[in-house]
Amino acid sequence: MHRTGELYGQFKTLEQQKETATLGMWIFLITEVMFFGGIMLAYALNRHFYYPAFAAGSNTLSLKLGGFNTVVLLASSFTMALAVWSSQVGKKTLISIFLLLTILLGFVFFGVKYVEYSQKFHHHLVPGKKFDIFYCVNNPASCPDVAADELMEESNLLDEAKAADPDLNAHAQLYYSAYFGMTGLHALHMVIGAGLLFWLLKGSLAGRFTPQWNTPVDIVGLYWHFVDIVWIYLFPLLYLIDRHK
Amino acid sequence: MSEQEHSEHIVPPSTYLAIILTLLVLTGTTVGAAFVNLGRFNIVVALAIATVKATLVVLFFMHAKYSPKRTKLIILAGIFWLALLLGMTLSDYITRVDYRGVRFPISQVTQQLPAQRG
Repeated sequence: MHRTGELYGQFKTLEQQKETATLGMWIFLITEVMFFGGIMLAYALNRHFYYPAFAAGSNTLSLKLGGFNTVVLLASSFTMALAVWSSQVGKKTLISIFLLLTILLGFVFFGVKYVEYSQKFHHHLVPGKKFDIFYCVNNPASCPDVAADELMEESNLLDEAKAADPDLNAHAQLYYSAYFGMTGLHALHMVIGAGLLFWLLKGSLAGRFTPQWNTPVDIVGLYWHFVDIVWIYLFPLLYLIDRHK
Repeated sequence: MSEQEHSEHIVPPSTYLAIILTLLVLTGTTVGAAFVNLGRFNIVVALAIATVKATLVVLFFMHAKYSPKRTKLIILAGIFWLALLLGMTLSDYITRVDYRGVRFPISQVTQQLPAQRG
């Protein structure tokens, strides 16, 4: 494996070698854009056809948890950018510290996501036989984590949605399929990113990254920022539909 | 030192700090805007803010601003193909009408069907 940053035969300079690696990563990221683009297209069409159900589904998500996770992920991008900077200026201890912070913030994100997902399971909001968007409204005792006034609001909102779309329960499952599909694939990307960050941490603890050679830090940084961008779009698309009611 | 002369542009931490603060403010703005009833423009505002945020991340965190032209070209090509995918498909679906000339959304159509049969 390429470890020390020696110049490979096919390149003229180290700079050219690094630019080639970066360009290759960008091309990969563009294929990722198309991958998520297709899913977002499916989301957009279902949202267009079944808007009342999508608005109702979105309002059953926790804006607090989603907003918190948005801040956490943005902060992790910031620490990742600082890890890249540390490697560029040769501050070897700082690289490890910022990589570790990025990993920690990533795990905070996973923790919050776990809480959100488990809530959805308890509230019967996972597409399938047991899906019932009225579950919490009809069984408030089974949803102790939802406050009474929130339930009242939800009840009014769902009744309104039901009036607009008699097949609300079926179409809300489309919303929740989009929710689990999109956030699940995003989380999968984060798991891969966290794995790469651990690999970088191992390298930085061994003192492998220098101002002359820090290509892996830069490349993984690009990937991590891309995953952040996906969330920047997922947050308003999933959490912020029709919040003004 | 000749290597150093050719090396990449180093973005200072102060720039990163300014960007992350802007991103956090924009996150607050997008949540705030969602609670104002703008009708069909709610989604336009939400996507516009998200695009500003994504642009800041691409330009500064991902160093696209300081990248060679060829990298910028790749990025723009990607955005162009994404625009084709979304634009061409949505311009079809959101202007569709059914056989009676009734516009979708389907949820409204299913409501109207029983009455028309009777």
